[in-house]
Amino acid sequence: MSAVAPEARVAEEPILVAAAVRKEFGGLVAVNDVDFTIPTGSIVSLIGPNGAGKTTFFNMLTGVYTPTSGKIVFDGKNVTDKPPHAITELGVGRTFQNIRLFEQMTALENVLVGMHARLKGGILGSIVGAPRVRREERRATERARELLRFSGLRGRDDIVARELPYGDQRRLEVARALATQPKLLLLDEPTAGMNPQETASFTDFVGRLRHEEGLTVLMIEHDMKVVMNISDRVTVLDYGEKIAEGSPAEVQGDERVIEAYLGRAANE
Amino acid sequence: MTEPSDNGPKGKRRQGAVTGLSAVQQTWQSIPEVVRRPIPLAIVLVLALTYPFIYTDLRSLGELGDFFPQLGSVVIILVFTMMAVGLNIVVGYSGLLDLGYVAFYAAGAYTAGWLASGQFEQVSFHLGSPGISSDVTGIHVSLWLVLLVAGAFTAITGILIGLPTLRLRGDYLAIVTLGFGEIIPQVVRNGDDFGGFNLTNGTFGINPIDSPGFGETLNDTLGLPVSYQASFERERLFYWTILALLLITVFCSVRLRDSRLGRAWIAIREDETAAAAMGIPLMRTKTWAYAIGAFFGGIAGAYYASFKSGAFPSDFYFNISIFLLCMVILGGMGSVWGVVAGGLILGWLNVEGLAVIGSKFNEAAGTNIEIAKYQFGIYGAIIVLMMLFRPTGLIPERRRKRELEEGVHDEALYEVPH
Repeated sequence: MSAVAPEARVAEEPILVAAAVRKEFGGLVAVNDVDFTIPTGSIVSLIGPNGAGKTTFFNMLTGVYTPTSGKIVFDGKNVTDKPPHAITELGVGRTFQNIRLFEQMTALENVLVGMHARLKGGILGSIVGAPRVRREERRATERARELLRFSGLRGRDDIVARELPYGDQRRLEVARALATQPKLLLLDEPTAGMNPQETASFTDFVGRLRHEEGLTVLMIEHDMKVVMNISDRVTVLDYGEKIAEGSPAEVQGDERVIEAYLGRAANE
Repeated sequence: MTEPSDNGPKGKRRQGAVTGLSAVQQTWQSIPEVVRRPIPLAIVLVLALTYPFIYTDLRSLGELGDFFPQLGSVVIILVFTMMAVGLNIVVGYSGLLDLGYVAFYAAGAYTAGWLASGQFEQVSFHLGSPGISSDVTGIHVSLWLVLLVAGAFTAITGILIGLPTLRLRGDYLAIVTLGFGEIIPQVVRNGDDFGGFNLTNGTFGINPIDSPGFGETLNDTLGLPVSYQASFERERLFYWTILALLLITVFCSVRLRDSRLGRAWIAIREDETAAAAMGIPLMRTKTWAYAIGAFFGGIAGAYYASFKSGAFPSDFYFNISIFLLCMVILGGMGSVWGVVAGGLILGWLNVEGLAVIGSKFNEAAGTNIEIAKYQFGIYGAIIVLMMLFRPTGLIPERRRKRELEEGVHDEALYEVPH
């Protein structure tokens, strides 16, 4: 991971472009022809009421769902029909709304699994203990420990994931996603269930990721303080449609957004 | 590793009672870790290697002696243990419930039948097969090579079965593998007339199958046996060879478990969706588990066919898949040494143990019950009892132990300080 200053990347092509992406489940339109771009090096938030289609949209970006129609281009490559592992390999890392760690594995092992696509160790090499494979494993372990420290999990390396406190589990999910060496990091409600201090330190952490690691971040978030604090852009979904997009201030003042969140005024 | 049990109530109780046992334990603990760790394994290995020399003495130890199996029986026990260790890669590591592992055993056995017997009398092909005169018809390839080819052929069979089935999850996968476990024995049973071509010799099976050996040259220079079958030490040779094969299987599966691929298998077992999101290709990784599990099953099958000098369709019943699965469950899913223990115990019960226990019981109680007849009832009871009292198996895998003993999500996920 090299630290690229965000200014240097502003002029580049957007890292992700989704064009008229649509997902239907039977008769239900979960995401309705949404156009969406993520500028390289930015932090973008995706917000909207429950059931607005945010996670469905996320799942299409990461290959869990294939869009019914539309096109998704990541880093100049069409990833619309690609399986999740291939998209991860191209550089999209993600966390899950409901924490999905490998619960019986240690924190370190979780991060090592995240490195899967970046390691080469083959079957025969692993069995005979080829020097190349051993060296790779040693380096991977070192890097994993570094990542754990960077993510605020110092000294937790050998603790089994499910025995970690909730906040640490969230952090471990991010560490694991970072281990895939993403260019774009997708965070699905990362601060859900965190207390204000944890949320504040997490917000700082995401800021550091962008500045120090040159990552682009897309997150689904319900905590408006977080959203307004760190986002460069905010996109609002409601009933599967994009109803607003822009800077946090613009979105905050948007009539339709207020309506979606608070309901239509009675005298209208 | 933080082991929660170390500071649990058990640990405290141990500290309290200072007995002779704890003195022994203290002495044991004072030996440096480097020396201490390999000792149990070394003892077991030495006993295993010398068993051919001591088993006749052991068997004459009066009443107790009957519990020590014959050397020929141990060969069979070790063959099935090797298969169980192979199955453990599929079921234990990757969490893919395979109820048709017997198909791999059959594929291996018939590979040996095809490449090391007089089955194809139309041709005469000899390749380093010792003790067989060159005017004998059929394909006779050196059994060492046959073992490798059988492993490879079975691995390919595994991939072919895996490609359509591994897309399924859980119960569906189990049902389809069950189907393949039934199909393959039927194919070999009816394979004596593929458009006039006799592939498997039908219900009569293929026999005799050649035996391993090293030939005259290696016999002269290194003193290695010419042919196992012709040797006076036939059983010893077969025993040491399967012991070596089993150890290789164990070694490979331990190494694989701790490798990049092994981590991916366990990740898939824990959470498929998350594993895919971490860049693990699900199909490819699962197919590898299948292929590698099948590889060892195929070698064991080919070796066993050579040991008993035949491959017969009646050997490949569905029971065997379940029997192997029982070994894995009894030992501890995912735990290599556990599966070895489970395999040895159930293997012994199956080959000799139940008969011995039965006759002892009948002698003592004056009854006339054929206990061996109830073997599957007994294995079933063992599994039920295991599930009730020790669901993690005899020697649990580090991870499974936590999962099954503590239950998943039995404590609050939230630990938010207020």
